[in-house]
Amino acid sequence: MTDQKMHFDYLLRLGDNSLILGQRLAEWCGHAPMLEEDLALTNIGLDLLGQARMLLAYAGEVEGKGRDEDRLAFHRDTMAWRNLLLLEQPNGDFAHTMARQLFFDAFQYQQFAGLCSSSDERLAGIAAKSLKEITYHRRHSTDWVIRLGDGTEESHERMQRAVDSLWGYVPEMFDMDAVDDAMVAAGIGVDVAALRGEWDRYIDEVFAEATLSRPEDSWSVRGSREGKHSEHLGYLLAEMQFLPRAYPDAKW
Amino acid sequence: MSSETKSELPLYEVFIRSKNGLDHKHVGSLHAADAEMALTNARDVYTRRGEGVSIWVVKSTDIVASSPEDRGSFYEPSDDKLYRHPTFFKLPDEVGHM
Repeated sequence: MTDQKMHFDYLLRLGDNSLILGQRLAEWCGHAPMLEEDLALTNIGLDLLGQARMLLAYAGEVEGKGRDEDRLAFHRDTMAWRNLLLLEQPNGDFAHTMARQLFFDAFQYQQFAGLCSSSDERLAGIAAKSLKEITYHRRHSTDWVIRLGDGTEESHERMQRAVDSLWGYVPEMFDMDAVDDAMVAAGIGVDVAALRGEWDRYIDEVFAEATLSRPEDSWSVRGSREGKHSEHLGYLLAEMQFLPRAYPDAKW
Repeated sequence: MSSETKSELPLYEVFIRSKNGLDHKHVGSLHAADAEMALTNARDVYTRRGEGVSIWVVKSTDIVASSPEDRGSFYEPSDDKLYRHPTFFKLPDEVGHM
């Protein structure tokens, strides 16, 4: 793989993460437990969508094949997506959504804090802008995980179940492959493997306050970097991409 | 009379000072479980996260309002007592606008 291809792939991963999670959060619109939370979830979804637009537009330029953000978002099939498996998981109940959000927010916060000093100035700019949003996202999801974990008997049980069921998607966030290594070597990317310790500390603190127990590291799945996804992504894309696929030349 | 029902979270009143604003203005109300949640909700609902604003949230039940029946005795007690209004003093020019 050439450097340019790796650079493209790296930006695509970042953009896909934001886009797929943003799409999942949009599904909550009008269905959240209360009006204020409905606004919060869609707000976060919009933040993520904004990040995705910046990252995918840039990725398209780096690739240099004339694909813009829309082309990348709406005309790629499952195998071409690079988002973390965690993020394409269904919303489930509110606790499930908050567990997924916390795991990713805590990770993305560290990742983007690192990207702020990327040698790729445009990426550093995008990261700096996004980090403000992510700081708020993390505060929001942290708050809810503590509230639910340390809430009623039922909310505690649901929160623990959510944490348990998503735990196996955590290790993938900290994987490094050839693209990551090359980007770190070029000063563009972040060594995510090195972020695990800090992530664990943060999550353990939240768990302690939320009276949740940390699951055992018994299973894990990965594959997003090679385009191997869970069965959920296909359905998500079918819904998201329907219109542009049906009318590929339409402008809106 | 309380409009609070068991299934609803308590009501908070929201006051916001905008970036160039001098004082906090009442902008509306919202439901939240506690003050911290009220703050984050207020940020989402009323500020669109514009930077440089200050938000106050107050539990609605903590606000005591004057009642319309008190209008007469509350607000019109001094119109006929000119000596209560400090309008007879000449301000020195140096003071400027007061």
